[in-house]
Amino acid sequence: MDATMSGAGNPAMGRAIGPIGSEKAVGRLSDRVFVASLWGSGIFVLVLLGLIIAMLFEGGLPAFQAFGLDFLWTAAWNPVTENFGALVMIYGTIFSAVIAVVIALPLSFGIAFFLSEIAPQALRKPIGVAIQLLAAVPSIIYGMWGFFIISPLMAAYVQPPLIDLLGPLPVIGFLFQGPALGGGMLTAGLIMAVMILPFITAMFVETLESVPPMLKESAYGVGGTTYEVYKNVSIPYGRTAMVGAVMLGLGRALGETMAVTFVIGNATRLSASLFAPGATIASTIANEFPEAAQGTLKLDSLLALGFILFVISFIVLALSRFLVRSNLKN
Amino acid sequence: MASLAVRRAKDSTIKAISTAFAVFALFLLAWILFTLIQKGLPALGLNVFTRITLPPGQNGGLLNAIVGSLIQIAIAMLIGTPIGLMAGTFLAENGKTTKVGHVARFVNDILLSAPSILVGLFVYTFLVAPLGGFSGWAGAIALAILVIPVVVRTTEDMLNLVPVGLREAAFALGAPQWKVVMLVTWRAAQAGIVTGILLAIARAAGETAPLLFTSLGNNSWSLDLSRPMASLPIAIYQYAGSPFDDWVSLAWAGALLITVGVLVLNILARLFLARTK
Repeated sequence: MDATMSGAGNPAMGRAIGPIGSEKAVGRLSDRVFVASLWGSGIFVLVLLGLIIAMLFEGGLPAFQAFGLDFLWTAAWNPVTENFGALVMIYGTIFSAVIAVVIALPLSFGIAFFLSEIAPQALRKPIGVAIQLLAAVPSIIYGMWGFFIISPLMAAYVQPPLIDLLGPLPVIGFLFQGPALGGGMLTAGLIMAVMILPFITAMFVETLESVPPMLKESAYGVGGTTYEVYKNVSIPYGRTAMVGAVMLGLGRALGETMAVTFVIGNATRLSASLFAPGATIASTIANEFPEAAQGTLKLDSLLALGFILFVISFIVLALSRFLVRSNLKN
Repeated sequence: MASLAVRRAKDSTIKAISTAFAVFALFLLAWILFTLIQKGLPALGLNVFTRITLPPGQNGGLLNAIVGSLIQIAIAMLIGTPIGLMAGTFLAENGKTTKVGHVARFVNDILLSAPSILVGLFVYTFLVAPLGGFSGWAGAIALAILVIPVVVRTTEDMLNLVPVGLREAAFALGAPQWKVVMLVTWRAAQAGIVTGILLAIARAAGETAPLLFTSLGNNSWSLDLSRPMASLPIAIYQYAGSPFDDWVSLAWAGALLITVGVLVLNILARLFLARTK
């Protein structure tokens, strides 16, 4: 780009991008520095993720060495005998996140339908933004709301009837047994459902808006109702991206910390009931870290838990991204 | 196929349910805000802003936590914004179709949704443990790591909206790339980039988990970044789980402050973007 002309002749251009070509040598050097720092910042982002994975793995290595792969499926968490295993937390992490998705999914389908087909045009934007604000509320606020407001309601009105009604049933009864404490797996899942709902809904709406109008109009043309078009045209068209959106919600729920720590009960023993106190990987790290001294096997085990959480989240988020992008390309 | 009447009935039912779901989501937001105002407003006295965290019963406030949060957020933004801005520019310009660019874009998407507590653990193993102590710096760096992917994402998206013709025109005049980017492309995408920065501040302000193992929290007045530093979310966490009524009230007051701040930032960001579009 060896420009010999100068922008000084044109005052308007001079104001916009300054004198051009007048400081060629300096310009070339600063350009090199600039381009190098662009590349450097891009590579920095890569290195950052690599560093996070490497440091968590290195930190957790003593625990993996001490317990071997058994760490993954041992249900013990005993700081006194220094016997640690991740099973209870892995189970709690996945179970509570799945509950959240199961609750959030139908709501997101409904809200996305409302926002893309039913709501008056003028209301779509403000209602959509208001629902997005649910995602902006910090997770510690959800924790307090869950602990002080939702848990007591669950203990008083939701858990007792479910225990009485479904507890005695065969096969699924075990999910609904135990005392109504208010917190536990279901409450944690419920709170997280509210938190991931805006993410899933927003991506659903975005996908639905990418459906070619021609497709929908053809379906209306042969007499389809709004719901039939939504179900038989729009959803199948955006299916891949919508699965990706759900995976993103799942990925977010897997790593949620503060909201869960407040309501899940932080019990490091295995229990199948939806109402029993449990623990997730994130809640265990938040909860037990202050009592884990440097150099102890407990701290190593917490870092190993962190590494496992990273691997699980990574797989889910990568899958989500792959699905969303592949749909958008079509 | 079912009769038209049945299909119409089904259509109206699903529409009614969907509308109810949307109303329910709005109700949840209103419920959370109502709870915060109901419990936080009465506790939001002058002491919250003028006194530091004190033992229960001594009419303490949150001054050190508020100032600590502001300092850590400011440093996080000072570190995270330039890196995020440059990396986002890289993804939209030089690295757009390169291999490094593709992988960096993927990695950034992962970082954007990765569990924030793991960022805290990372900074702990990388900085806190080797350097021998919790510090305000560590907290700020943990927040910076959370800020970067937000800025990268919005910057890239916004730069992609800038017409190629603008860049070509500037290049054709002989401008070096740094001038094209800084004086033409960034300026054209200014509003969007500012939106991303506002959203990043909002994210940093509400994060609790990454600060647990980095800046730890501090109940006395301290502006020393090399020592543990108080922050609003950590103070809320500590107080909300305490058995003392006055501490719990203070936690609600803090919760109200944070939520209002974060929501206002979010709304501002959206208005900013909408006005310039």
